[in-house]
Amino acid sequence: MEWMIVETSVSTKQYVILQLGEESYGVDIQSVQGIEKIVTVARVPQAPACIEGVMNLRGEIIPVMNLRKRFSLKQKEHDEDTRIIITRIEDSQVGLIVDEVNEVIELDDEEIENVQIIDNNVDLEYIAGVGKIKDGTSVVTLLDLKTLIEDTLL
Amino acid sequence: MDTSQYMQMFIEESEDNLQRLNENLLELENSPGDLNILNEIFRIAHTLKGMAGTMGFTKMQKLTHNAENILSELRTGEIKVSTELIDILFNSLDALENYVDEIIRTGSEGHEDYTHLIESLNEILEGKGQEAETQDKAAAAKEPISTGEITLPEAQKNVVREAQRQALNVYQIHISLSPNCVLKSARAFIIFRELESIGEIIHAVPPVEDIEDEKFDLDFDLVVVTSHMEDEIKDILMGVAEVDTVNISRVSVEDKVIESVDAAAPAIEEIHQEPDQDEKPKTQSKIRPVASKTVRVDIDRLDALMNLVSELIIVKTQLEGIGASEAEDISYGESIEYLERVTTSLHDAVMKVRMVPVEIVFNRFPRMIRDVSRDLGKEINLIMSGEETELDRTVIDEIGDPLIHLLRNAADHGLETTEERLAIGKTREGTIELKAYQDGNNVVIEVTDDGKGIDIEKIKQSAIEKNVVSREIASKMSEKEILDLLFRPSFTTTKEITNVSGRGVGLDVVKSKITNLGGHIEVETKLGKGSNFIVRLPLTLAIIQALMVQLGDETYAIPLSNIQNIEDIKVSDIQYVQNQEVILLRNEVIPIIRLHEILGVERQEDKETLMVVIVQKGDKQVGFVIDDLIGQQEIVIKSLGKYLSGIKMIAGATILGNGEVALILDINTLI
Repeated sequence: MEWMIVETSVSTKQYVILQLGEESYGVDIQSVQGIEKIVTVARVPQAPACIEGVMNLRGEIIPVMNLRKRFSLKQKEHDEDTRIIITRIEDSQVGLIVDEVNEVIELDDEEIENVQIIDNNVDLEYIAGVGKIKDGTSVVTLLDLKTLIEDTLL
Repeated sequence: MDTSQYMQMFIEESEDNLQRLNENLLELENSPGDLNILNEIFRIAHTLKGMAGTMGFTKMQKLTHNAENILSELRTGEIKVSTELIDILFNSLDALENYVDEIIRTGSEGHEDYTHLIESLNEILEGKGQEAETQDKAAAAKEPISTGEITLPEAQKNVVREAQRQALNVYQIHISLSPNCVLKSARAFIIFRELESIGEIIHAVPPVEDIEDEKFDLDFDLVVVTSHMEDEIKDILMGVAEVDTVNISRVSVEDKVIESVDAAAPAIEEIHQEPDQDEKPKTQSKIRPVASKTVRVDIDRLDALMNLVSELIIVKTQLEGIGASEAEDISYGESIEYLERVTTSLHDAVMKVRMVPVEIVFNRFPRMIRDVSRDLGKEINLIMSGEETELDRTVIDEIGDPLIHLLRNAADHGLETTEERLAIGKTREGTIELKAYQDGNNVVIEVTDDGKGIDIEKIKQSAIEKNVVSREIASKMSEKEILDLLFRPSFTTTKEITNVSGRGVGLDVVKSKITNLGGHIEVETKLGKGSNFIVRLPLTLAIIQALMVQLGDETYAIPLSNIQNIEDIKVSDIQYVQNQEVILLRNEVIPIIRLHEILGVERQEDKETLMVVIVQKGDKQVGFVIDDLIGQQEIVIKSLGKYLSGIKMIAGATILGNGEVALILDINTLI
């Protein structure tokens, strides 16, 4: 019997896992700059509805998007667990308000499935895939931040 | 004495003093009899001379000294102020500026003596003035460089006379280097050093700079003042390797009346041309600038920095205390918050320190316009406003040249000649307006002239002729697009090339400079009425005075420059014109805008009186209803970033003392 040695180049990425209601989402840690506790956000008139306003992040003014509003989920009061994930896409920062930030996980390419939900009501554009975690017992929706933010704001 | 530690101070103060001399001299020209101005000029010149002397810049000191002599005669009334006199004094200032520039670049004042200027100054003292001018020009034609005996410039002749009086020897030394000599300039340098140890080199042919740059063949001539004898010098020089021959002859200068070599007019040319000379950049690149960039800082701003740093120290102490006592989490959180606030403010404060008023750039323009106006024979009135507008130091440094270009353009191409103006019923004097102001996230600088305007058809034709665009495309272009052609490389509509503008450097250079700064430039024009060049410089860190107002529970900033006044009006006084709320104020009908509605703030119940901020844009006035006034504050404008830049009525945001964000209203789009 002949053995073949196959080089498997499994690329592993780290994802920040956040919580919105019952659902978990993952965002590529490469585009996450930091996680902040909720601060006062100044409302910006005429901004898109999901934009909660702008915040002061160490002297920088950055827009803050409420992910619950973006995904048309029911609103929830900010509490102890509410966090703002500071993301950076190219040179622009955006803060994302989420219910909770849980952990950082590693996912191999193999653990990520492409989504194939054939439903016109689900906006798939900003979903990069679905990650299987905890030995495949549970899933997280991986977000394509660039598309999510730019589609909403540009 | 080691003066290097004072160098920075010397440079800054000299630049300052020269600027003030320029300003005062301009004033003196306008009111020749004003003794106060004259005294001020004298005082500044004296300071300048003293400082140059202390620093060992003797050439600079000498030139200032000569100018000072004139000033002192002016004060006593011995001489009268004349345009020629002012011209020469201005030229002297230019020369002094060149010295300072040279000092900034190389740390020494260079070798230029500005003999012509000193002579012109002395001529005025001797009451010769203009009469001498004509014959001088003829004399200037035959330049002193000769192969045999050197003709010395006048200043050197004076030195020679002085030396003879002191019984010193003056020799002309002709030195030939060996043809095998590889490092000619190094040899020359050694020769200079040797000679300087025994005497003083007062003149060189070719000039010392050229010798240092190896711009000579094998021989050069030096004139040296020394107490040593011919033979001694010869021995010393022959001791230097690779020196072939040394011929020494005695120089004597007859004590006859000053024969002037040059006069004011050629001197001007020399000064103007100087920066263009091709050997200049070379020396520049070789030598590291001695002066670093500095910013003058308002002491208040430094105090603010100091206060913030002391606050930082307090936070630090607090945090240490917490660490030691393992106290409650809350106080830890509080301290961190405090720390964040302080660091934010510190950041702002440091930003503010970098800001300088455009005044620094604008200051030199009145003088420039005066010169341009005389060159062109046009009467020009320069009106400047908004000098206090602040820009980041880096922008300030870059914006000077493009503005000079725009101003010269306006004077040269924009304004008509006096005859033309009178013929078409315009005022004799052309007006150029230069204004700077803050507009949201931008600083805008406008250069406006009331001249002939730009002929759009002419540009179109010219563009077609030059194949910049095809006839077909040109016919479809809008006016604005055609005007934009002006900023294409090497596009110029005037055929004549004048001294003032149009030396091959076009508006394209202006545009690229401004684009590099992240700004943009546009032009508006009305044929026969004039043109307006608008330069917009974007600012992420501009600072403005603003009025902070309360709307519901939100805070907004309104730029103070837009605000006319604040009124309390009775609700019952509000009237309606076509369904629009208006009030009558001092006989003017002013529309009322409910900011609550526009900004989507929950409207509070109408009280009996409303607080209204009257803002102005152009000749339009509008009243904004607000809930409460917080007060006036200096704020740092920050951009909302690319994602929210589409929101027109918000010009940006600022961070308040408590770390929260307040939005800045863009009055221009709200009215």
